Amino acid sequence: MKVSKLTLILLVAALVAPFVVYPVLLAKILCFALFAAAFNLLLGYVGLLSFGHAAFLGTGGYITGWLMMNAGITPELAILLGTGAAGLLGAVYGKLAVKREGIYFAMVTLALAQLIFFVYLQAPFTGGEDGMQGIPRGELFGFIDLSDNLNMYYFVLAIFLFGYWLIHRTIHSPFGQVLKAIRENEPRAVSLGYNVSDYKWVAFMISAALAGLAGSTKSLVFQLTSLTDAHWHMSGEVVLMTLVGGVGTVFGPLVGAGTIVTMQNYLSGGELGNYVHIIMGAIFVICVLAFRGGLVGEFQKLLKRNAG
Amino acid sequence: MTTFLGINLFALFGQLLVGLINGSFYALLSLGLAIIFGLLKIINFAQGAMYMLGAFFAWMALSYFGMNYWVALIVVPLVVGFLGILMERFLVRPIAHEDHLYSLLLTFGVALMLQGVFTHVYGSSGLAYAIPEALQGGTKLPFMYLPNYRAWIIVASIVVCGATWWLVEKTRLGAYLRAGTENPQLMQAFGINVPLIVTLTFGFGVALAGFAGVMAAPVYSVSPEMGSNLLIVVFAIVVIGGMGSIGGAILTGLAMGVIEGLTKYLYPEASTTVIFLVMVIVLLLKPAGLFGKEA
Repeated sequence: MKVSKLTLILLVAALVAPFVVYPVLLAKILCFALFAAAFNLLLGYVGLLSFGHAAFLGTGGYITGWLMMNAGITPELAILLGTGAAGLLGAVYGKLAVKREGIYFAMVTLALAQLIFFVYLQAPFTGGEDGMQGIPRGELFGFIDLSDNLNMYYFVLAIFLFGYWLIHRTIHSPFGQVLKAIRENEPRAVSLGYNVSDYKWVAFMISAALAGLAGSTKSLVFQLTSLTDAHWHMSGEVVLMTLVGGVGTVFGPLVGAGTIVTMQNYLSGGELGNYVHIIMGAIFVICVLAFRGGLVGEFQKLLKRNAG
Repeated sequence: MTTFLGINLFALFGQLLVGLINGSFYALLSLGLAIIFGLLKIINFAQGAMYMLGAFFAWMALSYFGMNYWVALIVVPLVVGFLGILMERFLVRPIAHEDHLYSLLLTFGVALMLQGVFTHVYGSSGLAYAIPEALQGGTKLPFMYLPNYRAWIIVASIVVCGATWWLVEKTRLGAYLRAGTENPQLMQAFGINVPLIVTLTFGFGVALAGFAGVMAAPVYSVSPEMGSNLLIVVFAIVVIGGMGSIGGAILTGLAMGVIEGLTKYLYPEASTTVIFLVMVIVLLLKPAGLFGKEA
């Protein structure tokens, strides 16, 4: 894998960052960036808009949280199982959702996510409206204490890098090329003999599992999983992060998550806290009307214009 | 005489009535979505917010201007429809040539803003709207007590849905609309002002949601969240019915309300999820939807 200068600079910045900025906030950004990157794999590279990705974030969080509280296993195992559960749900939901296209796909995923939301609302193990609180972070591999915020941050960074690497590998594999072919011209991909639904399905599963990985990790960072994580607002938030950052770009989800999480963090402290949803809605409208490329996309366009 | 073969008829009919009322709202909202989709090929995510606006405007009209229910039932849908027209003209149209997913995101943003504004001003707890005097009280039927207002909801929504169906399927205006759905360029060539038809259709579809909102104000509590929760169910209904036909949207809406009501009687725990489960079954058996044409 060729590592560009930009990637190297970002990597060094990520290693030093927790000494400058509060590590938990950074970990939060990384979790959401991974979540957005997982979502972007579908929208940016297959052209599928999922409006139900909160289902996988929430599933990862609930399963990992429950295991940490009740099963007495190490955090990496709990995260692995949470991710697997989200992937499994993704396999079922994906199989159903890829039967429809475009706007219908968005509606199907939204409805399926609402189905699991009501299940989590009523199921006894989730704690209903209260959610799961006080999830222990445990000791990584049995000897690294994650209750230390700095340790936790570096663990999250490792997971984030793994997730990004996996997405990078997926996009640049022959499998990823077929996905892009489907995005560009689905009938042609069909006529070339590709089983388009199966390709979409596998992409959906990978995306769901990675969203679950983000949720699992997030539940350890905050020691909390609640219905907010599975709510449709969350599905909308991840769309917004990706849109703001730049759909179909590598760094878009990271930039978008960083922007939105920082904004929410800033607003929730001040008197503007009540305006969060209004502002988010406004950003949605402005992005769609004027900045469909997102921050990264528009920046790339600017670079190209100057170069040419 | 309240049980028959071990079935508590009183409870059963009660839940069926609630189901029919929910179904009336499902039908009105999915009908609005279907009309807009037919011509613009977009899904209006703000349809739920427009329904919420309808309910809030009715409440505001009564509280601030003393406008009674019957006047509100005419005026509020017009106001909401007008807002829809502004939205189509200034927000939706500029991106009409882009991927339709963008208009979905745009209308989602509008919905978030509207919901955010009303949450900020009125809080999320919900407001009460009194049932109009003429419709208070109820009728005692052999198996159940039928509140007049609830009967009115069912009758009024069926009449409005039926009239819309007739307008679209049987009149000259409806023929223009259907022709515009098939081939807008050709329509334009015949000298029909297609952009105007598109704008008016959008306004009409949104006005239906506003009308549903006014009707809902006295039975549900008027709250900022009322639209979004309903809309997601309506999306599932749209997937179940397919958006191929106006009649299909109406029938599916009513039928799903009844199924939900039945579930509330038989197995209450599943009443919030049953419509989504029906959607799953339909996706497995007939992916295009019950009345859908496209794959």
